[in-house]
Amino acid sequence: MDDRCSRRRFLGTAAGAAAGFGLASVIAVEPARATPSSMQDAIRKVAGAATLTAGRVKLELPPLSENGNAVPLAVRVESPMTEKDHVKAIHVFTEKNPQPDVVSCHLGPRAGRATVATRIRLADSQTVIAVAELSDGSFWSDRASVVVTLAACLEGGP
Amino acid sequence: MANVLINVPRQAKRGEVIEIKTLVSHPMETGYRRDQLGREMPRDIVRRFVCTYNGTEVFRADLHPAISANPFIVFSTVATESGTLTFRWTGDNGFSMTESAAITVD
Amino acid sequence: MRRLCVALGAIALAVSAFAAEIPPSDRRSGYDFMSRETRAMQDDDTANPGMLSVLEGGTLWTRKAGGAGKACADCHGDARTSMKGVAARHPSFDAARGRPVNLEQRINACRVDRQGTPPLAYESRELLALSAYVARQSRGRPIEIAVDARTQPFLDAGRATFHRRQGQLNLSCSQCHDDQWGRSLAGNTIPQAHPTGYPIYRLEWQAVGSLQRRLRNCFVGLRAEAYEYGAPELVDLELFLMWRARGMTFEAPAVRP
Ligand code: HEC
Ligand code: HEC
Repeated sequence: MDDRCSRRRFLGTAAGAAAGFGLASVIAVEPARATPSSMQDAIRKVAGAATLTAGRVKLELPPLSENGNAVPLAVRVESPMTEKDHVKAIHVFTEKNPQPDVVSCHLGPRAGRATVATRIRLADSQTVIAVAELSDGSFWSDRASVVVTLAACLEGGP
Repeated sequence: MANVLINVPRQAKRGEVIEIKTLVSHPMETGYRRDQLGREMPRDIVRRFVCTYNGTEVFRADLHPAISANPFIVFSTVATESGTLTFRWTGDNGFSMTESAAITVD
Repeated sequence: MRRLCVALGAIALAVSAFAAEIPPSDRRSGYDFMSRETRAMQDDDTANPGMLSVLEGGTLWTRKAGGAGKACADCHGDARTSMKGVAARHPSFDAARGRPVNLEQRINACRVDRQGTPPLAYESRELLALSAYVARQSRGRPIEIAVDARTQPFLDAGRATFHRRQGQLNLSCSQCHDDQWGRSLAGNTIPQAHPTGYPIYRLEWQAVGSLQRRLRNCFVGLRAEAYEYGAPELVDLELFLMWRARGMTFEAPAVRP
């Protein structure tokens, strides 16, 4: 019963025809999803052995998203953004997308404010992590969880 | 032809932090999808976005397939002097797009 | 999953023989059912990806094409004045064809008859761009569908399609959109299905698409046969939906989940 009522089958189209369309296909069938451990590896790639401290970073994501294809994201880091003390980079990672990396922004004192915003794809409900790299070599982070719902009437047929 | 929408204030006070919004038309094909015949659709994404201010890089972003189609990027910069802001998107399959905007600083 | 079964079951059971028309004071655009974030995406022209299509349409508007070497602008001038309100009154009756035509068909008629160029394919980038550009000029205008003796039969046909139970789900559009709007269907709120913002940028498509594309999705959702693009049945349904939304404010290019 549960299977027959899966909404993609029910409101969507035959599973076969749905492949290639919509969110179901953004989630890869083949490549393993980024696991929390591959996310950790990706974070290590930018932070090396440095400690990640929670704080100074504010990751803004809606707790509930109507569609995982375009989820608005903003990252704000507390920083004077001076030559001596500024944010050098802001990185965003996900836990369950096929690949953990989302975006890496490189900025400096000329940004004036350590704030960036974009729209991201989320293959599923999951945790997103933002990491800020500061000019003194320290790393700060914040995390947020998003619940993603799917659209009802999907594309089907040719 | 790619289309670009950029929002930069035309005028600013020296030292003012200005917000810049950019939108570029691009499918950001992830490389993880299959077409109707089950064939893999090759990755086709914008990989890099760079903003220069009178020739000096002030912002750069490396994008991955998790960035939504038609990438929307918002960032800020300090209005230092009158001149030109240049925006450049580059990516897979030789994708390259440049756009610029003039700013008057007083 | 379980919730959806219950929800759909309730919808299927709540068979209303006289699905009443939604009174004007209760009419809501799909916009009103969207999250704050998606509304913000529509409201800000520099964040709304549909505006990329409008921008492209503006370029095509002034591009000379076809044997006549004429651009849209050569005959219609500034779209901001000549196209104001035009999308908000389509589909409209076309005397030559003896039936209502939608905006895309109207644009293609000009391509063929006035410019001497082949028609643009439905959902082609150019046709979407031109219709988004023309539709943008009606933003903020009320939807006004003229009904007279000539259009009445087509309007009635569209209404019949909206009320007919169909597909493997054996549901009518009306059962969801007249009777169950505002209720949640597995995380989605059922809207009233007013086509106030087409062409739209749909997050699910990650692209701009026409009302016909959206309607075809709904037929597939019902697991019913979807009509071909440009089919008279779809244009009649468009006509009915626009008439049903009469007086509402046009908001193209809208963003929808
Ligand atoms: C050679 C002149 C000419 C050109 C070029 C032309 N049109 Fe037209 N268009 C007309 C005329 C005349 C009408 C009104 C008569 C009719 O309904 O056919 C019209 C009607 C329309 C309408 C309906 C207006 C209304 O008030 O209902 C739309 C929309 C339109 N044109 C769009 C376009 C677009 C888009 C292009 C370019 C792709 C274009 N036209 C090119 C002459 C032209
Ligand atoms: C089972 C309930 C259900 C039925 C039956 C149904 N729809 Fe829908 N419809 C929805 C939901 C839920 C949405 C919004 C969510 C989404 O976009 O996926 C929607 C969205 C729409 C929209 C988009 C409105 C906007 O704001 O742009 C239109 C138009 C529409 N439906 C028309 C129809 C038509 C025509 C039919 C009949 C062929 C139909 N629907 C049948 C549930 C239904």
